[in-house]
Amino acid sequence: MTYIGLYNYWIVFLLMMTGLYVVIVSTNLIKKIIGLNIFQTSVFILYISIGKVAGGTAPILAEGYKIYSNPLPHVLILTAIVVGVATTALGLALIVRIHSEYGSVDEEKIYQNDPVD
Amino acid sequence: MEHHIVLRVVAKSFIPVILLFALYVQFHGDYGPGGGFQAGVIFGSGIILYALIFGLQTTKKVLPQSIIHHMTGIGVLLYAGIGVLSLIRGGNFLDYSVLGATPAAGQHIGIMLIELGVGVTVAFVMVSLFYSFAGYRQKDLDDPAAEDDDEQDSIEKSDQQ
Amino acid sequence: MISTHFPVLQVALPLLAAPACVVFRQATVTWLLALSVSCISFLISISLLWQAYSTGEIRYELGGWAAPWGIEYKVDVVNAFVLVIVSGMSSVVLVYARESLRYELGIRRIHLAYTGWLLCLTGLLGITVTGDAFNVFVFLEISSLSSYLLISLGPDRRALTAAFQYLVMGTIGATFILIGVGLLYMMTGTLNMADLSERIPAVSHTTTVHAAFAFLALGIALKAAVFPLHYWLPNAYTYAPSAVTAFMAASATKVSIYLLLRFFFDIFSESFSLRTMRLNEILLIMGVVAIFSMSLVAIYQHNVKRMLAYSSVAQVGYMVLGIGLASPTGITAAILHLFNHALMKGALFMALGCMFYRIKSLELNDLAGIGRTMPWTTMAFVVGGLSLIGVPLTVGFVSKWYLILAALERDWWWLAVLVVASSLLAVVYIWRVVEAAYFKPAPNTEVNEAPLSLLIPTWLLIVANVYFGINAQLTIDFASVAAADLLGLR
Repeated sequence: MTYIGLYNYWIVFLLMMTGLYVVIVSTNLIKKIIGLNIFQTSVFILYISIGKVAGGTAPILAEGYKIYSNPLPHVLILTAIVVGVATTALGLALIVRIHSEYGSVDEEKIYQNDPVD
Repeated sequence: MEHHIVLRVVAKSFIPVILLFALYVQFHGDYGPGGGFQAGVIFGSGIILYALIFGLQTTKKVLPQSIIHHMTGIGVLLYAGIGVLSLIRGGNFLDYSVLGATPAAGQHIGIMLIELGVGVTVAFVMVSLFYSFAGYRQKDLDDPAAEDDDEQDSIEKSDQQ
Repeated sequence: MISTHFPVLQVALPLLAAPACVVFRQATVTWLLALSVSCISFLISISLLWQAYSTGEIRYELGGWAAPWGIEYKVDVVNAFVLVIVSGMSSVVLVYARESLRYELGIRRIHLAYTGWLLCLTGLLGITVTGDAFNVFVFLEISSLSSYLLISLGPDRRALTAAFQYLVMGTIGATFILIGVGLLYMMTGTLNMADLSERIPAVSHTTTVHAAFAFLALGIALKAAVFPLHYWLPNAYTYAPSAVTAFMAASATKVSIYLLLRFFFDIFSESFSLRTMRLNEILLIMGVVAIFSMSLVAIYQHNVKRMLAYSSVAQVGYMVLGIGLASPTGITAAILHLFNHALMKGALFMALGCMFYRIKSLELNDLAGIGRTMPWTTMAFVVGGLSLIGVPLTVGFVSKWYLILAALERDWWWLAVLVVASSLLAVVYIWRVVEAAYFKPAPNTEVNEAPLSLLIPTWLLIVANVYFGINAQLTIDFASVAAADLLGLR
């Protein structure tokens, strides 16, 4: 059971590393935002997957069910998803302005125009 | 041309259903998956679909910029206002039990109004984001007169010192 | 009694004022609203500090739900001290911000800048006041998103890339904090800070808790700009509008250092963080490296705002050094330095903003001769610089004194020598500005003194610098009680 049973953590790990890799390696600003989204999604999966109770049903009160999954991680992740959406929106708005100021969304071209001293 | 007709007809049949479904998700949050944020996004995407098919100018006639600005503020004020109302009625901040005749009724009213505030804010923020991104033109930044003309001139006149 | 609700009103009032600023779109009305809400928050925070100091911890249950199930706001002396710093700096800088933002941003949409300011204030106050670990993440993101917005409003176009860099790095940091909290929730089943501190010792041998510790340490260190993770700070501070830099320099990193203290001394007990996970050694080394490397880099900058930004990273190194020493005196030094650095850097960045207002540039060459044309502003910069160096009679001296005391308590005389040597580095970069201002000939253009509405808040902070340097008993009392609270000695 040990390694295959923990498949949710493997998925979290893969997504997290993919997201971080995309953020670090891409020079295109939009791809950085996409990488950030992938990274945040991995965290959502981490929280939600630990909320599942074995044999539990969806956390909505219903007749005849005794075991429910934990509703708290779902609530936490709802908040985190909203935060992620707001971050993406702000990042994209900044990219639109950067594009209009510099004419490009590639990090290297931007730093050629305005070298960081 | 056929594509445009198909899009127009399908959109006209779907958009009211989408908006209704958003209201359903909003108020069904008590009993099933749903609630403010989800409903707000669905409502916002209905409006955005309308804007994609029929154009930004037409949508701005339906939902002008000023309404969007005010409604986003009003949504958050509704949320925080419920908290202050609970304070006034003697409970802690956002204590819904004091809002109604019995604690259970108070909880019901409190959650419904809070989610309404969240839904309103999220829906109009989504539409506002779409307006900003879709209506963005570089010269709007340099030329103030090209932007939302209705309130901007009055603000500029009153702000001149 | 309204005062029982102060913990929540502290956060709720700026939160209510922010959408009100969106609804009223007038520049003056929104500025007045922001200023009055900020001042009311300041008064509330002073009342909370006094109450926490005299009677002990204040607990407030949000929504009437009792502690481990509901979110609870917990105010003790550490908390309340940081609340006073944040709300006080916001109020003083808002007086300054009216003219400064109007000059740097132009008249359109300035109400949105005040909305962002109020949301940032809400977020910072919320992080400080809450007693629930996930609530920290929520308010952290509120304050971070609004600070990305405020920074991007700067007059230079590099403000946009600076804000974007800060956005990417800040989101990674906040997500690391989220992962840490999630792993802790997985092991203990609770999010309440007091409950976590009770349940963690039972599971603290597991790798999960060690991993949660590492994620939290990295995330908080990134937001606090501890040495290797400071990359976002110089760009963000340099290109932001002057009032925004003054507010952020005085509050954002302080709140993150407070989070460091809260998580690693309160939630994870001191013995776990420092002995088992050896955080104190890491913080010591990082602190010393930060102080020296950042002060050296600051010497070579030709943009004065960038120079002070690197100096801010060095000062965070002092705070982290104090925490790494982990004795009551060391933590007192760190908490004292929170307050003192806010006063110092707030005053310095406001003085720079006054210079920018008249000269439109902050390059060292362009500042030639302003000692004669803008005497009050330059004198403010000089006194602030003396405080940064740590000259006696200023606040900078008090915190460095406590750091040296803490080092000598451990018989680490070499550390005390290092602290003094780093102050000499600060002398070098402050001297560069003083030399340009007083000893270079002024160019022919007519330059006036900065307007009163910019000068008065700057001098208010400068006078506070000197006052709290001479009569430091009040702040030392608060800081030592706070340190004793954190270490569990009271």
